[in-house]
Amino acid sequence: MSRIHVAAASAALAFLLASCSRPSSLPTGELKSAAQRKPAPNFSLKDADGNAVNLADYRGKVVLVNFWATWCGPCEAEIPWFIEFEKKYKDQGFAVLGVSMDDDGWKSVRPYVASHKINYRIMIGSEVVSQQFGEIESLPTSFVLDRAGRIASNHIGLVDKVDYQNEIVKLLEDPKSAAVPDAGAGELAGVTSAGVRAGQRP
Amino acid sequence: MLPLDLRPGYHVNSNTPSDEYLIPLRLTWNPGPLEASGFAFPQPRMEKYSFSEKPLSVFTGNFQIVTHFKAPANAAPGPATLTGKLRYQACNNSMCLAPKTLDVTQQVEIVK
Repeated sequence: MSRIHVAAASAALAFLLASCSRPSSLPTGELKSAAQRKPAPNFSLKDADGNAVNLADYRGKVVLVNFWATWCGPCEAEIPWFIEFEKKYKDQGFAVLGVSMDDDGWKSVRPYVASHKINYRIMIGSEVVSQQFGEIESLPTSFVLDRAGRIASNHIGLVDKVDYQNEIVKLLEDPKSAAVPDAGAGELAGVTSAGVRAGQRP
Repeated sequence: MLPLDLRPGYHVNSNTPSDEYLIPLRLTWNPGPLEASGFAFPQPRMEKYSFSEKPLSVFTGNFQIVTHFKAPANAAPGPATLTGKLRYQACNNSMCLAPKTLDVTQQVEIVK
């Protein structure tokens, strides 16, 4: 019968887990002034029904773009808030777009969306979209866009519900936020969505 | 024995997470000269985090996973390298990192 000796050298091997995280390169926090805001990268992703969701089509609305995953506990904590925001502010020109970063896509996301009764649009994200938004490594990460499609704030990790709510309300009420810059200057910086555009704004 | 060291403030889901959507800590060994016959994970801690209503089954800090191997009767004596993969998903109190899979290796000596 063979016996096994573990070599001493490898017994000291230790794996440092969660050592490679780094914060997004974008600063996080409160609303930027209109002059500081940069156009959000455009994306075109499919929703659960296979319809293309183009961020550019949401120009004119205040949009909360939330990167999340089904395995992310802090993301789950935010979902009821976003459901409430969608319900409360939709008619004022607000929308939540949830971009899932689940590797197995709709297999996990579809039942999760149903069980959590999510009422806003959900899409499956991609590495390309993640990179466009500053290489998202931590979830949840959210961006609040003004009506001109510019990033007015971003949040990495779980923040207070009231912070989101204050930002959304301010942007909905801010007439400057509604000013859509001339073509070009404020155009959503499209990268991934060549040729895929819905005919009308949502 | 695979020693693991978790960055302070972070946790990984245990091998038996509390929710079906959470990604378990998993160690697998590739086919090789020895066959993994069982694993011994430490006792998970039930920790309450601000983002969760219920405590979660997690590992934190330093811990180790022990694998029991069987050597087939015809196993060649001498040094051998075992290779495998460790899959984990880490979070802290406010955010989560994407799941990762690390390559692991273990040097062993098979003795007749």
